[in-house]
Amino acid sequence: MTPLLNVKDLRAYYGQVQALHGLSFSLNEGSLTTLLGANGAGKTTTLRAICNMVRSTGAIEFDGKPLNNKSTESIVRFGIAHVPQGRGTFTTMTVEENLQLGAITRTDKAISSDIERMYGYFPKLKERHTQQAGTLSGGEQQMLAVARALMLRPRLMLLDEPSFGLAPLVVRDLFQILGRINRDEKVSILVVEQNAQLALELADQAYVIETGRIVMSGAAKDIAQDENVRKSYLGY
Amino acid sequence: MELFTNQVLAGIATGAIYACMALAVVMIYQAIDHLNFAQGEMAMFSTFVSWQLMQWGVPYWGAFVLTLAFSFAGGIVIERVLFKPLAKAPILTQVAGFIALFSIINSCAGLIWDFTIKQYPTPFGSTPFLGSQLISTHQAGMIGITVLLLIGLYVFFQYTRIGLAMRAAASVPESARLVGINTSWMIALGWGMAAAIGSIAGMLIAPVVFLEPNMMGGVLIYGFAAAVLGGLTSPFGAVLGGFLVGIFENLAGTYIPHVGNEMKLPIALALIITVLVVKPAGLFGRNIVKRV
Repeated sequence: MTPLLNVKDLRAYYGQVQALHGLSFSLNEGSLTTLLGANGAGKTTTLRAICNMVRSTGAIEFDGKPLNNKSTESIVRFGIAHVPQGRGTFTTMTVEENLQLGAITRTDKAISSDIERMYGYFPKLKERHTQQAGTLSGGEQQMLAVARALMLRPRLMLLDEPSFGLAPLVVRDLFQILGRINRDEKVSILVVEQNAQLALELADQAYVIETGRIVMSGAAKDIAQDENVRKSYLGY
Repeated sequence: MELFTNQVLAGIATGAIYACMALAVVMIYQAIDHLNFAQGEMAMFSTFVSWQLMQWGVPYWGAFVLTLAFSFAGGIVIERVLFKPLAKAPILTQVAGFIALFSIINSCAGLIWDFTIKQYPTPFGSTPFLGSQLISTHQAGMIGITVLLLIGLYVFFQYTRIGLAMRAAASVPESARLVGINTSWMIALGWGMAAAIGSIAGMLIAPVVFLEPNMMGGVLIYGFAAAVLGGLTSPFGAVLGGFLVGIFENLAGTYIPHVGNEMKLPIALALIITVLVVKPAGLFGRNIVKRV
Protein backbone atom coordinates (compact mmCIF):
# COMPACT_ATOMS: atom_id res chain seq x y z
CA MET A 1 0.00 0.00 0.00
CA THR A 2 1.41 3.41 -0.87
CA PRO A 3 1.23 5.79 2.05
CA LEU A 4 -1.28 8.67 1.87
CA LEU A 5 1.39 11.14 2.88
CA ASN A 6 5.04 10.51 2.28
CA VAL A 7 7.65 13.02 3.41
CA LYS A 8 11.29 12.48 2.48
CA ASP A 9 14.35 14.39 3.56
CA LEU A 10 12.38 17.52 4.38
CA ARG A 11 14.47 20.59 5.16
CA ALA A 12 12.82 23.87 6.04
CA TYR A 13 14.21 27.35 6.50
CA TYR A 14 13.14 30.57 8.17
CA GLY A 15 15.38 33.08 6.44
CA GLN A 16 18.90 31.82 7.11
CA VAL A 17 17.88 29.57 9.95
CA GLN A 18 17.31 25.92 9.16
CA ALA A 19 14.46 24.45 11.21
CA LEU A 20 14.15 20.95 9.75
CA HIS A 21 17.21 18.84 8.97
CA GLY A 22 16.15 16.08 6.63
CA LEU A 23 13.00 14.77 8.19
CA SER A 24 11.27 11.71 6.76
CA PHE A 25 8.03 10.05 7.73
CA SER A 26 4.91 8.62 6.22
CA LEU A 27 1.30 8.12 7.11
CA ASN A 28 -1.21 5.57 5.84
CA GLU A 29 -4.77 6.26 4.74
CA GLY A 30 -7.11 6.09 7.69
CA SER A 31 -4.43 6.39 10.34
CA LEU A 32 -4.26 8.80 13.20
CA THR A 33 -0.64 9.78 13.53
CA THR A 34 0.94 12.07 16.06
CA LEU A 35 4.16 14.06 15.91
CA LEU A 36 5.61 14.62 19.35
CA GLY A 37 8.42 16.84 20.40
CA ALA A 38 9.49 19.63 22.71
CA ASN A 39 9.08 23.33 22.00
CA GLY A 40 11.04 24.34 18.93
CA ALA A 41 11.62 20.76 17.75
CA GLY A 42 10.03 21.55 14.38
CA LYS A 43 6.53 20.13 14.72
CA THR A 44 4.68 23.22 13.54
CA THR A 45 7.27 23.79 10.83
CA THR A 46 6.65 20.27 9.51
CA LEU A 47 2.92 20.98 9.14
CA ARG A 48 3.60 24.36 7.60
CA ALA A 49 6.05 22.83 5.14
CA ILE A 50 3.43 20.31 4.00
CA CYS A 51 1.14 23.24 3.10
CA ASN A 52 3.99 25.25 1.60
CA MET A 53 3.78 28.02 4.16
CA VAL A 54 7.51 27.94 4.81
CA ARG A 55 10.45 27.58 2.41
CA SER A 56 11.48 23.95 2.21
CA THR A 57 13.29 21.34 0.14
CA GLY A 58 12.76 17.60 -0.03
CA ALA A 59 9.92 15.49 -1.33
CA ILE A 60 6.35 15.68 -0.08
CA GLU A 61 3.95 13.31 -1.78
CA PHE A 62 0.23 13.09 -1.17
CA ASP A 63 -1.44 9.97 -2.56
CA GLY A 64 1.54 9.56 -4.86
CA LYS A 65 1.37 13.12 -6.22
CA PRO A 66 4.11 15.64 -5.41
CA LEU A 67 3.02 18.71 -3.44
CA ASN A 68 6.26 20.64 -3.74
CA ASN A 69 6.03 24.13 -5.20
CA LYS A 70 2.23 24.08 -5.16
CA SER A 71 0.63 27.12 -3.55
CA THR A 72 -1.00 26.77 -0.14
CA GLU A 73 -4.47 27.35 -1.58
CA SER A 74 -4.05 24.69 -4.27
CA ILE A 75 -2.72 22.12 -1.77
CA VAL A 76 -6.03 22.48 0.07
CA ARG A 77 -7.78 21.27 -3.06
CA PHE A 78 -5.97 17.95 -2.83
CA GLY A 79 -8.07 17.33 0.29
CA ILE A 80 -5.67 18.47 2.97
CA ALA A 81 -7.25 20.56 5.71
CA HIS A 82 -4.88 22.37 8.06
CA VAL A 83 -6.02 23.59 11.46
CA PRO A 84 -3.27 26.04 12.29
CA GLN A 85 -1.80 26.90 15.64
CA GLY A 86 -3.95 29.57 17.25
CA ARG A 87 -6.95 28.14 15.36
CA GLY A 88 -7.08 30.73 12.59
CA THR A 89 -10.66 31.73 13.39
CA PHE A 90 -12.31 34.31 11.13
CA THR A 91 -13.12 36.32 14.23
CA THR A 92 -15.23 39.03 12.60
CA MET A 93 -17.50 36.54 10.88
CA THR A 94 -20.28 34.43 12.27
CA VAL A 95 -19.82 30.82 13.30
CA GLU A 96 -21.86 29.68 10.33
CA GLU A 97 -19.85 31.79 7.89
CA ASN A 98 -16.69 30.18 9.27
CA LEU A 99 -18.13 26.79 8.43
CA GLN A 100 -19.17 27.91 4.96
CA LEU A 101 -15.63 29.12 4.38
CA GLY A 102 -14.34 25.66 5.17
CA ALA A 103 -16.31 24.42 2.16
CA ILE A 104 -15.50 27.36 -0.11
CA THR A 105 -13.66 25.16 -2.63
CA ARG A 106 -16.57 22.73 -2.88
CA THR A 107 -19.29 23.05 -5.49
CA ASP A 108 -21.57 20.18 -4.47
CA LYS A 109 -24.99 20.56 -2.93
CA ALA A 110 -24.28 18.84 0.38
CA ILE A 111 -22.70 21.85 2.09
CA SER A 112 -25.66 22.81 4.24
CA SER A 113 -26.29 19.23 5.33
CA ASP A 114 -22.59 19.01 6.23
CA ILE A 115 -22.97 22.11 8.39
CA GLU A 116 -25.81 20.36 10.23
CA ARG A 117 -23.58 17.30 10.66
CA MET A 118 -20.90 19.52 12.26
CA TYR A 119 -23.52 20.88 14.64
CA GLY A 120 -24.15 17.25 15.54
CA TYR A 121 -20.53 16.80 16.57
CA PHE A 122 -20.38 20.21 18.26
CA PRO A 123 -23.81 21.25 19.59
CA LYS A 124 -22.30 24.40 21.16
CA LEU A 125 -21.61 25.72 17.68
CA LYS A 126 -25.25 25.36 16.70
CA GLU A 127 -26.33 27.40 19.71
CA ARG A 128 -23.99 30.14 18.61
CA HIS A 129 -24.23 29.89 14.86
CA THR A 130 -25.15 33.56 14.33
CA GLN A 131 -22.60 34.84 16.82
CA GLN A 132 -19.33 36.52 15.86
CA ALA A 133 -16.75 33.73 16.03
CA GLY A 134 -14.31 35.93 17.95
CA THR A 135 -16.66 35.90 20.93
CA LEU A 136 -16.44 32.13 21.37
CA SER A 137 -14.34 30.66 24.15
CA GLY A 138 -10.98 29.09 23.31
CA GLY A 139 -12.41 25.59 23.38
CA GLU A 140 -15.35 26.54 21.19
CA GLN A 141 -13.01 28.21 18.73
CA GLN A 142 -10.92 25.05 18.55
CA MET A 143 -14.06 23.05 17.84
CA LEU A 144 -15.02 25.56 15.20
CA ALA A 145 -11.58 25.23 13.64
CA VAL A 146 -11.89 21.43 13.50
CA ALA A 147 -15.41 21.70 12.09
CA ARG A 148 -14.25 24.25 9.52
CA ALA A 149 -11.48 21.88 8.42
CA LEU A 150 -13.95 18.99 8.11
CA MET A 151 -16.20 21.09 5.90
CA LEU A 152 -13.61 20.57 3.18
CA ARG A 153 -14.39 16.84 3.36
CA PRO A 154 -10.66 16.32 3.61
CA ARG A 155 -8.77 13.08 3.19
CA LEU A 156 -6.12 14.31 5.58
CA MET A 157 -6.50 16.73 8.45
CA LEU A 158 -3.44 18.42 9.94
CA LEU A 159 -3.92 19.64 13.51
CA ASP A 160 -1.43 21.93 15.16
CA GLU A 161 -1.57 21.67 18.97
CA PRO A 162 -5.33 21.45 19.32
CA SER A 163 -4.99 21.25 23.11
CA PHE A 164 -3.13 24.53 23.41
CA GLY A 165 -4.59 26.83 26.05
CA LEU A 166 -7.64 24.66 26.72
CA ALA A 167 -8.93 23.29 30.00
CA PRO A 168 -8.16 19.55 30.50
CA LEU A 169 -11.82 18.54 30.32
CA VAL A 170 -12.32 20.41 27.09
CA VAL A 171 -9.23 18.75 25.66
CA ARG A 172 -10.59 15.29 26.57
CA ASP A 173 -13.85 16.03 24.80
CA LEU A 174 -12.09 17.34 21.76
CA PHE A 175 -9.77 14.34 21.50
CA GLN A 176 -12.69 11.96 21.79
CA ILE A 177 -14.39 13.70 18.92
CA LEU A 178 -11.19 13.57 16.88
CA GLY A 179 -11.10 9.81 17.42
CA ARG A 180 -14.71 9.53 16.24
CA ILE A 181 -14.00 11.63 13.18
CA ASN A 182 -11.05 9.44 12.32
CA ARG A 183 -13.11 6.25 12.65
CA ASP A 184 -16.50 7.36 11.33
CA GLU A 185 -15.53 9.81 8.61
CA LYS A 186 -12.41 7.91 7.51
CA VAL A 187 -10.39 11.10 7.72
CA SER A 188 -6.69 10.49 8.22
CA ILE A 189 -5.31 12.75 10.92
CA LEU A 190 -1.82 14.06 11.59
CA VAL A 191 -1.78 15.79 14.96
CA VAL A 192 1.09 17.73 16.46
CA GLU A 193 0.99 17.81 20.24
CA GLN A 194 2.88 18.82 23.33
CA ASN A 195 0.42 16.91 25.44
CA ALA A 196 2.15 13.62 24.66
CA GLN A 197 0.09 11.45 26.97
CA LEU A 198 -3.23 12.33 25.40
CA ALA A 199 -1.84 12.23 21.91
CA LEU A 200 -0.40 8.74 22.42
CA GLU A 201 -3.69 7.46 23.83
CA LEU A 202 -5.51 8.73 20.78
CA ALA A 203 -3.07 7.92 17.97
CA ASP A 204 -2.17 4.63 16.36
CA GLN A 205 1.18 5.81 14.96
CA ALA A 206 3.67 8.18 16.52
CA TYR A 207 6.86 9.98 15.57
CA VAL A 208 9.15 11.85 17.91
CA ILE A 209 10.98 14.91 16.59
CA GLU A 210 14.09 16.44 18.12
CA THR A 211 15.76 19.51 16.64
CA GLY A 212 14.31 19.00 13.19
CA ARG A 213 14.89 15.24 12.86
CA ILE A 214 12.79 12.16 13.53
CA VAL A 215 14.43 10.30 16.40
CA MET A 216 11.86 7.59 17.01
CA SER A 217 8.86 6.10 15.28
CA GLY A 218 6.44 3.26 15.79
CA ALA A 219 3.03 2.23 17.03
CA ALA A 220 1.72 4.75 19.55
CA LYS A 221 1.31 2.16 22.29
CA ASP A 222 4.94 1.04 21.92
CA ILE A 223 6.20 4.61 21.97
CA ALA A 224 4.18 5.22 25.12
CA GLN A 225 6.07 2.34 26.78
CA ASP A 226 9.48 3.61 25.78
CA GLU A 227 11.69 4.54 28.70
CA ASN A 228 13.16 7.68 27.12
CA VAL A 229 9.86 8.98 25.83
CA ARG A 230 8.30 8.48 29.20
CA LYS A 231 11.08 10.41 30.89
CA SER A 232 11.25 13.24 28.37
CA TYR A 233 7.63 13.73 27.38
CA LEU A 234 5.33 11.96 29.78
CA GLY A 235 7.11 12.84 33.00
CA TYR A 236 6.98 9.54 34.83
CA MET B 1 -38.77 75.07 10.09
CA GLU B 2 -39.04 75.27 6.34
CA LEU B 3 -35.50 76.61 6.18
CA PHE B 4 -34.35 73.62 8.23
CA THR B 5 -36.09 71.06 6.01
CA ASN B 6 -34.72 72.74 2.93
CA GLN B 7 -31.21 72.73 4.26
CA VAL B 8 -31.48 69.06 5.20
CA LEU B 9 -32.69 68.28 1.69
CA ALA B 10 -29.85 70.25 0.16
CA GLY B 11 -27.50 68.43 2.50
CA ILE B 12 -28.78 65.07 1.33
CA ALA B 13 -28.24 66.19 -2.25
CA THR B 14 -24.59 67.10 -1.71
CA GLY B 15 -24.23 64.16 0.66
CA ALA B 16 -25.02 61.79 -2.20
CA ILE B 17 -21.69 62.79 -3.78
CA TYR B 18 -19.79 61.99 -0.61
CA ALA B 19 -21.75 58.80 -0.05
CA CYS B 20 -20.89 57.51 -3.48
CA MET B 21 -17.19 58.22 -3.00
CA ALA B 22 -17.24 56.81 0.53
CA LEU B 23 -18.57 53.55 -0.85
CA ALA B 24 -15.52 53.24 -3.09
CA VAL B 25 -13.27 54.06 -0.13
CA VAL B 26 -14.84 51.34 2.01
CA MET B 27 -14.55 48.87 -0.83
CA ILE B 28 -10.80 49.29 -1.11
CA TYR B 29 -10.43 49.33 2.65
CA GLN B 30 -12.13 45.94 2.81
CA ALA B 31 -9.73 44.55 0.24
CA ILE B 32 -6.38 45.98 1.31
CA ASP B 33 -6.98 47.15 4.87
CA HIS B 34 -5.97 50.73 4.24
CA LEU B 35 -6.98 53.76 2.25
CA ASN B 36 -6.05 54.43 -1.34
CA PHE B 37 -5.15 58.09 -1.75
CA ALA B 38 -5.25 57.74 -5.52
CA GLN B 39 -8.87 56.61 -5.48
CA GLY B 40 -10.24 60.01 -6.45
CA GLU B 41 -7.79 60.36 -9.33
CA MET B 42 -8.67 56.89 -10.60
CA ALA B 43 -12.34 57.92 -10.56
CA MET B 44 -11.52 61.17 -12.34
CA PHE B 45 -9.57 59.33 -15.05
CA SER B 46 -12.46 56.91 -15.57
CA THR B 47 -14.82 59.84 -15.88
CA PHE B 48 -12.62 61.34 -18.58
CA VAL B 49 -12.67 58.01 -20.41
CA SER B 50 -16.46 58.04 -20.39
CA TRP B 51 -16.45 61.67 -21.57
CA GLN B 52 -14.10 60.75 -24.40
CA LEU B 53 -16.35 57.85 -25.40
CA MET B 54 -19.31 60.21 -25.53
CA GLN B 55 -17.27 62.65 -27.61
CA TRP B 56 -16.78 59.80 -30.04
CA GLY B 57 -20.51 59.38 -30.24
CA VAL B 58 -21.19 56.54 -27.80
CA PRO B 59 -24.55 57.13 -26.05
CA TYR B 60 -24.51 57.88 -22.30
CA TRP B 61 -25.41 54.46 -20.92
CA GLY B 62 -23.17 52.71 -23.40
CA ALA B 63 -20.27 54.88 -22.27
CA PHE B 64 -21.31 54.24 -18.66
CA VAL B 65 -21.10 50.47 -19.01
CA LEU B 66 -17.89 50.54 -21.07
CA THR B 67 -16.28 52.82 -18.48
CA LEU B 68 -17.32 50.48 -15.71
CA ALA B 69 -15.64 47.58 -17.49
CA PHE B 70 -12.55 49.68 -18.25
CA SER B 71 -12.25 50.80 -14.63
CA PHE B 72 -12.71 47.29 -13.28
CA ALA B 73 -9.95 45.98 -15.54
CA GLY B 74 -7.82 49.05 -14.85
CA GLY B 75 -8.10 48.56 -11.08
CA ILE B 76 -6.96 44.96 -11.44
CA VAL B 77 -4.04 45.96 -13.66
CA ILE B 78 -2.91 48.64 -11.19
CA GLU B 79 -2.97 46.09 -8.39
CA ARG B 80 -1.09 43.44 -10.37
CA VAL B 81 1.56 45.79 -11.70
CA LEU B 82 2.06 48.25 -8.87
CA PHE B 83 0.74 46.99 -5.58
CA LYS B 84 1.20 43.24 -5.71
CA PRO B 85 4.99 43.70 -5.69
CA LEU B 86 4.55 46.12 -2.76
CA ALA B 87 2.21 43.83 -0.82
CA LYS B 88 4.81 42.85 1.78
CA ALA B 89 6.45 46.29 1.93
CA PRO B 90 6.00 48.50 5.01
CA ILE B 91 2.90 50.65 5.03
CA LEU B 92 4.76 53.90 4.38
CA THR B 93 6.22 52.44 1.18
CA GLN B 94 2.70 51.65 0.05
CA VAL B 95 1.55 55.16 0.95
CA ALA B 96 4.38 56.51 -1.21
CA GLY B 97 3.05 54.25 -3.97
CA PHE B 98 -0.45 55.70 -3.58
CA ILE B 99 0.87 59.24 -3.76
CA ALA B 100 2.93 58.43 -6.84
CA LEU B 101 -0.12 56.89 -8.47
CA PHE B 102 -2.10 60.00 -7.55
CA SER B 103 0.22 62.40 -9.36
CA ILE B 104 0.85 60.06 -12.30
CA ILE B 105 -2.87 59.75 -13.04
CA ASN B 106 -3.48 63.44 -12.43
CA SER B 107 -0.72 64.49 -14.81
CA CYS B 108 -1.66 61.94 -17.45
CA ALA B 109 -5.25 63.17 -17.46
CA GLY B 110 -3.99 66.73 -17.78
CA LEU B 111 -1.71 65.73 -20.63
CA ILE B 112 -4.40 63.88 -22.56
CA TRP B 113 -7.41 66.09 -21.90
CA ASP B 114 -5.79 69.37 -20.61
CA PHE B 115 -6.90 71.26 -17.53
CA THR B 116 -9.81 73.26 -18.93
CA ILE B 117 -13.19 72.67 -17.31
CA LYS B 118 -15.56 70.52 -19.33
CA GLN B 119 -19.31 70.13 -19.23
CA TYR B 120 -20.44 66.65 -18.37
CA PRO B 121 -23.94 65.39 -19.20
CA THR B 122 -26.42 63.84 -16.81
CA PRO B 123 -28.88 61.14 -17.86
CA PHE B 124 -31.42 62.34 -15.31
CA GLY B 125 -31.80 65.93 -16.48
CA SER B 126 -31.36 68.86 -14.12
CA THR B 127 -34.89 70.11 -13.66
CA PRO B 128 -36.24 70.50 -10.11
CA PHE B 129 -37.12 67.15 -8.59
CA LEU B 130 -40.82 66.90 -7.59
CA GLY B 131 -41.04 70.67 -7.77
CA SER B 132 -38.32 71.19 -5.17
CA GLN B 133 -35.77 73.88 -5.95
CA LEU B 134 -33.25 72.20 -3.67
CA ILE B 135 -32.98 68.77 -5.22
CA SER B 136 -32.61 68.39 -8.94
CA THR B 137 -33.55 65.29 -10.86
CA HIS B 138 -29.84 64.62 -11.29
CA GLN B 139 -29.26 64.64 -7.56
CA ALA B 140 -32.28 62.43 -7.00
CA GLY B 141 -30.95 60.01 -9.62
CA MET B 142 -27.60 60.06 -7.90
CA ILE B 143 -29.12 59.19 -4.54
CA GLY B 144 -31.05 56.41 -6.24
CA ILE B 145 -27.96 54.91 -7.86
CA THR B 146 -25.97 55.15 -4.64
CA VAL B 147 -28.67 53.29 -2.76
CA LEU B 148 -28.93 50.65 -5.49
CA LEU B 149 -25.17 50.22 -5.43
CA LEU B 150 -25.26 49.82 -1.67
CA ILE B 151 -27.94 47.14 -1.85
CA GLY B 152 -26.02 45.39 -4.61
CA LEU B 153 -22.82 45.37 -2.56
CA TYR B 154 -24.63 44.15 0.52
CA VAL B 155 -26.12 41.23 -1.37
CA PHE B 156 -22.77 40.50 -2.99
CA PHE B 157 -20.84 40.38 0.28
CA GLN B 158 -23.47 38.64 2.38
CA TYR B 159 -24.96 36.13 0.00
CA THR B 160 -22.41 35.14 -2.63
CA ARG B 161 -19.52 32.72 -2.23
CA ILE B 162 -17.08 35.06 -3.86
CA GLY B 163 -18.19 37.88 -1.55
CA LEU B 164 -17.66 35.62 1.45
CA ALA B 165 -14.24 34.61 0.11
CA MET B 166 -13.29 38.27 -0.35
CA ARG B 167 -14.25 39.12 3.21
CA ALA B 168 -12.31 36.13 4.50
CA ALA B 169 -9.22 37.04 2.51
CA ALA B 170 -9.35 40.57 3.88
CA SER B 171 -9.86 39.61 7.51
CA VAL B 172 -7.50 36.64 8.05
CA PRO B 173 -5.39 36.08 4.90
CA GLU B 174 -3.52 33.06 6.22
CA SER B 175 -6.67 31.20 7.24
CA ALA B 176 -8.25 32.15 3.93
CA ARG B 177 -5.39 30.45 2.08
CA LEU B 178 -5.81 27.41 4.31
CA VAL B 179 -9.41 26.96 3.21
CA GLY B 180 -8.31 27.25 -0.42
CA ILE B 181 -8.97 30.91 -1.24
CA ASN B 182 -6.58 32.56 -3.66
CA THR B 183 -6.12 35.68 -1.53
CA SER B 184 -3.92 37.45 -4.02
CA TRP B 185 -6.67 37.46 -6.65
CA MET B 186 -9.26 38.47 -4.07
CA ILE B 187 -7.24 41.63 -3.45
CA ALA B 188 -7.03 42.28 -7.19
CA LEU B 189 -10.78 41.78 -7.44
CA GLY B 190 -11.27 44.27 -4.60
CA TRP B 191 -9.20 46.82 -6.51
CA GLY B 192 -11.24 46.21 -9.63
CA MET B 193 -14.53 46.66 -7.80
CA ALA B 194 -13.32 49.75 -5.96
CA ALA B 195 -12.19 51.29 -9.24
CA ALA B 196 -15.54 50.49 -10.86
CA ILE B 197 -17.51 52.00 -7.96
CA GLY B 198 -15.21 55.00 -8.02
CA SER B 199 -15.93 55.46 -11.71
CA ILE B 200 -19.66 55.49 -11.01
CA ALA B 201 -19.05 58.14 -8.36
CA GLY B 202 -16.96 60.15 -10.80
CA MET B 203 -19.55 60.01 -13.57
CA LEU B 204 -22.31 61.06 -11.17
CA ILE B 205 -20.27 63.83 -9.59
CA ALA B 206 -18.94 65.31 -12.84
CA PRO B 207 -22.21 67.07 -13.84
CA VAL B 208 -22.16 68.83 -10.45
CA VAL B 209 -18.52 69.86 -10.08
CA PHE B 210 -17.60 69.87 -13.82
CA LEU B 211 -15.00 67.68 -15.37
CA GLU B 212 -11.32 68.54 -14.92
CA PRO B 213 -8.26 66.69 -13.58
CA ASN B 214 -8.55 68.21 -10.08
CA MET B 215 -12.30 67.66 -9.72
CA MET B 216 -11.97 64.92 -7.07
CA GLY B 217 -9.62 66.66 -4.63
CA GLY B 218 -12.25 68.02 -2.27
CA VAL B 219 -14.68 65.20 -2.90
CA LEU B 220 -12.21 62.54 -1.84
CA ILE B 221 -11.53 64.29 1.47
CA TYR B 222 -15.27 64.36 2.15
CA GLY B 223 -15.52 60.76 0.97
CA PHE B 224 -12.78 59.69 3.40
CA ALA B 225 -14.42 61.68 6.15
CA ALA B 226 -17.80 60.11 5.44
CA ALA B 227 -16.34 56.61 5.36
CA VAL B 228 -14.48 57.13 8.63
CA LEU B 229 -17.55 58.68 10.24
CA GLY B 230 -19.81 55.82 9.21
CA GLY B 231 -17.21 53.18 9.94
CA LEU B 232 -14.67 51.91 7.44
CA THR B 233 -15.92 48.36 7.75
CA SER B 234 -19.51 49.15 6.87
CA PRO B 235 -20.72 50.07 3.36
CA PHE B 236 -24.06 51.05 4.90
CA GLY B 237 -22.30 53.27 7.44
CA ALA B 238 -20.24 54.88 4.70
CA VAL B 239 -23.30 55.89 2.71
CA LEU B 240 -25.09 57.18 5.77
CA GLY B 241 -21.89 58.95 6.80
CA GLY B 242 -21.86 60.64 3.39
CA PHE B 243 -25.39 61.95 3.82
CA LEU B 244 -24.66 63.04 7.40
CA VAL B 245 -21.57 64.98 6.38
CA GLY B 246 -23.58 66.67 3.63
CA ILE B 247 -26.44 67.57 5.97
CA PHE B 248 -24.18 68.77 8.75
CA GLU B 249 -22.12 70.88 6.40
CA ASN B 250 -25.25 72.62 5.16
CA LEU B 251 -26.76 73.13 8.59
CA ALA B 252 -23.51 74.52 9.98
CA GLY B 253 -23.31 76.93 7.04
CA THR B 254 -26.86 78.12 7.69
CA TYR B 255 -27.20 78.29 11.44
CA ILE B 256 -23.76 78.98 12.89
CA PRO B 257 -22.89 82.64 12.37
CA HIS B 258 -19.74 83.52 10.39
CA VAL B 259 -19.36 79.96 9.11
CA GLY B 260 -20.33 80.56 5.52
CA ASN B 261 -18.73 78.61 2.74
CA GLU B 262 -15.14 78.89 3.91
CA MET B 263 -15.61 77.26 7.28
CA LYS B 264 -18.02 74.47 6.25
CA LEU B 265 -15.32 71.88 5.74
CA PRO B 266 -13.39 72.47 9.00
CA ILE B 267 -16.62 72.38 10.97
CA ALA B 268 -17.69 69.13 9.35
CA LEU B 269 -14.29 67.58 9.99
CA ALA B 270 -14.34 68.78 13.61
CA LEU B 271 -17.66 66.99 14.07
CA ILE B 272 -16.21 63.82 12.66
CA ILE B 273 -13.24 63.92 15.01
CA THR B 274 -15.63 64.41 17.90
CA VAL B 275 -17.61 61.35 16.85
CA LEU B 276 -14.47 59.28 16.49
CA VAL B 277 -13.23 60.23 19.94
CA VAL B 278 -16.44 58.79 21.34
CA LYS B 279 -16.80 55.90 18.88
CA PRO B 280 -13.42 55.00 17.37
CA ALA B 281 -14.88 52.37 15.03
CA GLY B 282 -17.20 54.97 13.49
CA LEU B 283 -20.96 55.16 13.89
CA PHE B 284 -21.67 51.80 12.26
CA GLY B 285 -18.27 50.17 12.12
CA ARG B 286 -18.03 46.75 13.60
CA ASN B 287 -16.30 46.71 16.93
CA ILE B 288 -14.08 43.76 16.50
CA VAL B 289 -14.25 41.55 19.53
CA LYS B 290 -11.20 39.45 20.19
CA ARG B 291 -10.55 36.89 22.84
CA VAL B 292 -6.97 36.02 23.53
